[in-house]
Amino acid sequence: MKIHKYDTVIVGAGGAGMRAAIEATKRSRTAVLTKLYPTRSHTGAAQGGMAAALANVEEDNWEWHTFDTIKGGDYLVDQDAAEILAKEAIDAVLDLEKMGLPFNRTPDGTIDQRRFGGHSRNHGEAPVRRSCYAADRTGHMILQTLYQNCVKEGVEFFNEFYVLDQLITEVDGVKKSAGVVAYELATGEIHVFQAKAVIYASGGTGKFFKVTSNAHTLTGDGQAACYRRGLPLEDMEFFQFHPTGIWRMGILLTEGARGEGGILRNKDGERFMEKYAPVMKDLASRDVVSRSIYTEIREGRGCGPEGDHVYLDLTHLPPEQLDAKLPDITEFARTYLGIEPYTDPIPIQPTAHYAMGGIPTNVQGEVLADNTTVVPGLYAAGEVACVSVHGANRLGTNSLLDINVFGKRAGIAAAEYSATADYVELPENPASFVQEQVERLRNSTGSERVSVLRKELQETMDANVMVFRTEQTIKTAVEKIAELRERYQNVSVQDKGKRFNTDLLEAIELGNLLDLAEVMAVSALARKESRGGHYREDYPNRDDVNFMRHTMAYREVADDGKDSIRLDYKPVVQTRYQPMERKY
Amino acid sequence: MATPTMDKVAADDAAAASHLITVTFRIRRFNPEVSAEATWEDFQLEIDPKERVLDGLHKIKWELDGSLTFRRSCAHGICGSDAMRINGKNRLACKTLIKDINPAKPITVEPIKGLTVLKDLVVDMEPFFQAYRDVMPFLVTTGNEPTRERLQSAEDRERFDDTTKCILCAACTSSCPVFWNDGQYFGPAAIVNAHRFIFDSRDEAGEQRLEILNDKDGVWRCRTTFNCTDACPRGIEVTKAIQEVKRALITRRY
Ligand SMILES: Cc1cc2nc3c(=O)[nH]c(=O)nc-3n(C[C@H](O)[C@H](O)[C@H](O)COP(=O)(O)OP(=O)(O)OC[C@H]3O[C@@H](n4cnc5c(N)ncnc54)[C@H](O)[C@@H]3O)c2cc1C
Ligand code: FES
Repeated sequence: MKIHKYDTVIVGAGGAGMRAAIEATKRSRTAVLTKLYPTRSHTGAAQGGMAAALANVEEDNWEWHTFDTIKGGDYLVDQDAAEILAKEAIDAVLDLEKMGLPFNRTPDGTIDQRRFGGHSRNHGEAPVRRSCYAADRTGHMILQTLYQNCVKEGVEFFNEFYVLDQLITEVDGVKKSAGVVAYELATGEIHVFQAKAVIYASGGTGKFFKVTSNAHTLTGDGQAACYRRGLPLEDMEFFQFHPTGIWRMGILLTEGARGEGGILRNKDGERFMEKYAPVMKDLASRDVVSRSIYTEIREGRGCGPEGDHVYLDLTHLPPEQLDAKLPDITEFARTYLGIEPYTDPIPIQPTAHYAMGGIPTNVQGEVLADNTTVVPGLYAAGEVACVSVHGANRLGTNSLLDINVFGKRAGIAAAEYSATADYVELPENPASFVQEQVERLRNSTGSERVSVLRKELQETMDANVMVFRTEQTIKTAVEKIAELRERYQNVSVQDKGKRFNTDLLEAIELGNLLDLAEVMAVSALARKESRGGHYREDYPNRDDVNFMRHTMAYREVADDGKDSIRLDYKPVVQTRYQPMERKY
Repeated sequence: MATPTMDKVAADDAAAASHLITVTFRIRRFNPEVSAEATWEDFQLEIDPKERVLDGLHKIKWELDGSLTFRRSCAHGICGSDAMRINGKNRLACKTLIKDINPAKPITVEPIKGLTVLKDLVVDMEPFFQAYRDVMPFLVTTGNEPTRERLQSAEDRERFDDTTKCILCAACTSSCPVFWNDGQYFGPAAIVNAHRFIFDSRDEAGEQRLEILNDKDGVWRCRTTFNCTDACPRGIEVTKAIQEVKRALITRRY
């Protein structure tokens, strides 16, 4: 075991982690621990764009953007945070441009902008062009640009280091962050990083679903590490299902495709979104479009022999436009489906895409231990966190924005904190949890296999807690997850070695997914209403009287070592906008 | 509107009612914890030919041999984790469909060449990233920052579009015979990333980057074999980019 000491440690090198690192490195001795090489992070997969009311191509302002974000989130958004997001968006985009990001340009040479779902002029009047983009590679360009600037600033990376535990020490009755424990993939060695400030920027957790746009590595490690140490998780029942994933594979086809004029059609060729969202049509918010697609499918208007998908039709768009604006997604259709998007519509289905919930933070990125108390020295930003700027449903292009705005904020706040704070003493045997976990898995002779359990988990999640949920389906999922967690105790790995043991790490990642899936299902069961991405067929309406509040889930451990979930709630911050019915 | 195209797709869907085939994966295995020697190992699996080579590797890892080791993340050709030699050619396992590489014969899978193999298909990427870092892969500007964005015409933006697509997978560099013989050579990927900035109208460090690449291990080592262009999973015209850098060195115009 090795011990390292840094002022600031950042967990994750995606957009949020690297944006934080650029700030933190300038101000404090910083280490970035990342399980992937930075440029492999899933921010690179983002396609469509990043929202900011630059007003480069038509009238726009940050107040409209704030309103759209709040309405898009079905009023579960903390309005003070949404206002910060929309206001700071403009500088966030300009910062990236100055760092070198090659945005698409207008004829005037300014940053070009395009339409995206849920973004409107003047509080819902008509779609507005607010998404700043680089073809359909915006995330790739953000990730590359941030990495380039990390190279420039000399950011120190520990690549292929998996953070597996959060260290917390109680000082005078206050829980403080003392550091993290990481596992080095290349050697199997365990490292303790003592740090004055820790920032989680470890991304999402979509891999508990089968059909998902998320990478194999998005397994919620950061959320799970904090949750296991008694910290709450907020709004985990809210998961976004993006309308246009490639049928069966889940690979994303950006909403920018509809922003450019693409149309969803059922088996009769009907543009069905006109029925469900007369104004915004195909560009209504994602939860609305995903439910509409499944309604079409359920009512027998789905496409294909099994009627289990619909089409994204781009055939009426000029090939030059597709080549210039959507080169990557059209190539995905060619590579993975053998379809030519110039002439043939693309089979799609909703795909599990984005975790609105996560580690609760305030607008400085400080992690909360309950509804109000901050954990000194602990920060989170990006998809791992819940500020909450996305509420019950995130608007497209608001996450690339979130990682930049709150990544920067967390980086500055953490470094400023570590400039004056003292190190917190490490707990006794700081590495013991990880050591035991690794040893147990390596030595286990149990008969259960990781891949089997993971597949069963993904199948139950897809079947029971996806776009449509009921008390019964969620209960089925809760029971299944409990069974899988039980069987997980009996899991073993074949690779017993130390070197690049990805077999072992997949087992650990599965443990995280199981814990988080349970939190999601239990939180969803208790929310007896429909709001944003959480749709209960048995409670089809939003219920502001009882549920205009954030869920806070805590892990409780009984004397016999058995754990359970305790749910609590936190009020939503409302400033200017009163909840209204959401219509698109 | 039952358009002809929709009918056609429906017919294709029906035909696609998937049928599995038996495929042999012949994989180069190496684990220094077990043996100092690398060996070939065959695995047979039933798989839908429309699946990716990566799906085949996962099937082996998840069902047959958990110790098989490779890197991967996004599974759709964006993150650059899984460049490997498949049937003797550098490709991304997640972007190569089994049906496209003659599954009637064993499919050979080896690590990319020219970088030290650490375990199975995992190689040491550090020298590759070091070469990248050495070409100053970041925008350099002088003078006062503008308050708004820097302006750039659509044509100027287009000038370096191709080389912005790089995902640093190393498929190009590890397909280059010059790089195999001499690991000191910067390699195509580093030059591509230098190109991305040299031809960006906003950048002011073109001269410095050109000097770095004028080095004995720089662009002049390129023998224009086009392996790199063939290998690039992003369709970047790598050789052309290298030629443009060479020309810029001669003319000092870019
Ligand atoms: C296909 C796709 C398209 C999208 N398109 C858009 C879009 O157009 N606009 C938009 O606004 N949003 C989009 N999103 C959402 C957005 O891209 C993501 O929410 C965002 O990029 C997440 O960034 P992040 O920095 O939080 O996490 P990530 O980029 O996922 O990075 C996570 C980092 O954490 C590290 N990590 C994870 N676990 C550990 C661990 N245990 N130890 C150490 N390190 C760890 C990883 O190595 C990685 O570096 C899209 C998402 C997807 C999947
Ligand atoms: S797994 Fe990301 S490029 Fe293949």
